[in-house]
Amino acid sequence: MSLKQRPSIWGRLFMGLVFLFLYAPIFVLIVFSFNNSKSRTVWNGFTLNWYVELFRDSQIMNSLYTTLLVALLSAVIATIAGTFASIGFYNMKRRWRDPLMTVNNIPMMNADIVTGVSLCLFFVAAFAGWNGFVKWMESTYRLTAPRLSLGFGTLLIAHISFNIPYVILSVMPKLRQMDKNLIDAAQDLGCTWMQAFWKVVVPEIKPGIINGMLIAFTMSVDDFVISYFTAGAKTSTLAMTIYGMAKRRISPKMNAVSTLLFVTVLILLIIVNVRQAHQEKAMAKQKK
Amino acid sequence: MKSKRSLLATPYVIWMALFTVIPILMMVVYAFTQEIVVDAETGEKAVRFTLNNFAQMGAYTVVFLRSFKLALVSTAVCLLIGYPVAYLMAKEGPQFQKIAMALIMLPMWMNFLLRTYAWMSILENTGLLNRLFKAIGLIDLVNHIMGTNLQFFPMINTQGAVVLGMVYNYLPFMILPIYSVIVKLDNSLLEAAQDLGAGSSRVFRKIILPLSLPGVLSGITMVFVPAVSTFAISRLLGGNNLMLLGNLIEMQFVGTAYNPHLGSAISLVMMVVVVICMAVMNRFGEGEEQAVIL
Repeated sequence: MSLKQRPSIWGRLFMGLVFLFLYAPIFVLIVFSFNNSKSRTVWNGFTLNWYVELFRDSQIMNSLYTTLLVALLSAVIATIAGTFASIGFYNMKRRWRDPLMTVNNIPMMNADIVTGVSLCLFFVAAFAGWNGFVKWMESTYRLTAPRLSLGFGTLLIAHISFNIPYVILSVMPKLRQMDKNLIDAAQDLGCTWMQAFWKVVVPEIKPGIINGMLIAFTMSVDDFVISYFTAGAKTSTLAMTIYGMAKRRISPKMNAVSTLLFVTVLILLIIVNVRQAHQEKAMAKQKK
Repeated sequence: MKSKRSLLATPYVIWMALFTVIPILMMVVYAFTQEIVVDAETGEKAVRFTLNNFAQMGAYTVVFLRSFKLALVSTAVCLLIGYPVAYLMAKEGPQFQKIAMALIMLPMWMNFLLRTYAWMSILENTGLLNRLFKAIGLIDLVNHIMGTNLQFFPMINTQGAVVLGMVYNYLPFMILPIYSVIVKLDNSLLEAAQDLGAGSSRVFRKIILPLSLPGVLSGITMVFVPAVSTFAISRLLGGNNLMLLGNLIEMQFVGTAYNPHLGSAISLVMMVVVVICMAVMNRFGEGEEQAVIL
């Protein structure tokens, strides 16, 4: 019964079936991205046409670009903001920290649709106020300022907002594990606090920061609901384009673009894992 | 010095106030107000306090019940499948665990809408599964035994299809927290129990299960909350007849039935019910460490 005892053949079979369940639709999607017809259930021979056409489809390419740009920007910004916020929270008195951490957890605990809808209400009301103000300025002072509407900016703000809690969640435990004396030691040895921060704290919590950034990026790419309510009519992520198509029929080009994304991530994962394995082997050799 | 460093959190605290607290407060305000025409001639509108939005909700009791029922069923199924998977994974070697973790996270990179869409092609009346059943003669067999005259098994646009979609999409959120708790269990505890004469089922019941409870609670939350509020899965796999809370809310904000006040009220009620459920559930896990996500 110990955890070291490996599962039986039945256990492995069960796991295999669950993984089959998880990957069956993905397999279907990939296979039908090579299908020589628009059908999503009948196989009509192999083609690479959808991949060629994909790059000519400006709607899909634009939404792919938006998705990746938002994911990248929001992950980087959320990682920086979240790391500083974690250090701030860590140094805070409990009396302040606990309620703030509760507020921080709200976007994670709340249903996505509630987060999306409330942000949508907020942006619409704030922009209505601002645009009214601009209109008033134009009519009375002949001054003007750009009018605001839902778009890339609001999408980015929304993504940063739901990403920061994940970064904090991943950085906080690393801060707690860190030996507090390390900072004092560095400062006793003549470091300023800033130097101690860069040379001691950051390297200690680095795994948490990287992990947080990866989670943030993944969450951002996978998000649909919050984007749907905050991106407005003109900006569209890949997920939103898919949802728009789903009411009619999703083009196999979508299968193609998703296959490309999936394969890219798969290859990256394999490279990272192989490199890690090599490093571990090298380390083991050195020890000998 | 210490208090000075805590100032590093200030920008984020302001950010939270702006983009987390105020939007939710606005939703509450919207839920309790209504826009009415005060002056019929000029068409001037004003916002007034009302409880009307909540009264209107009575018409949607069916949708509320259906949403909670389907979410509960899929959470239960996720737990029944997810717990054994997490447990078995934790017993494998480190290399296996690493690969299994990656395999569970990887599907997230294929957008969930697209994966759900793939289920449509699998479950359709002329879809892949029905074709397979026909090819192996299963449909004829059933017709022969039951005396029916089916051309296909109706699978899409049923509650079962929606539950399947939910289980498929949210299963990783059940596996990961449970796994991360079990894998950290102290093996010597289990050995001690065994040395003291506990059989394997007793070790599981008395040690592994109670100690993995925080992971289970966290998993239940992470499956139930998105399941009760989804609108894309029910739209794709449930057809037009299986409206869920999410669809109802979506309609009030982007659909033809534009009414953000009613939409806010529904969201608010859903949020409150979910929070109460979670609070009651977390009572059971009281005293445990705060459950971990991912």
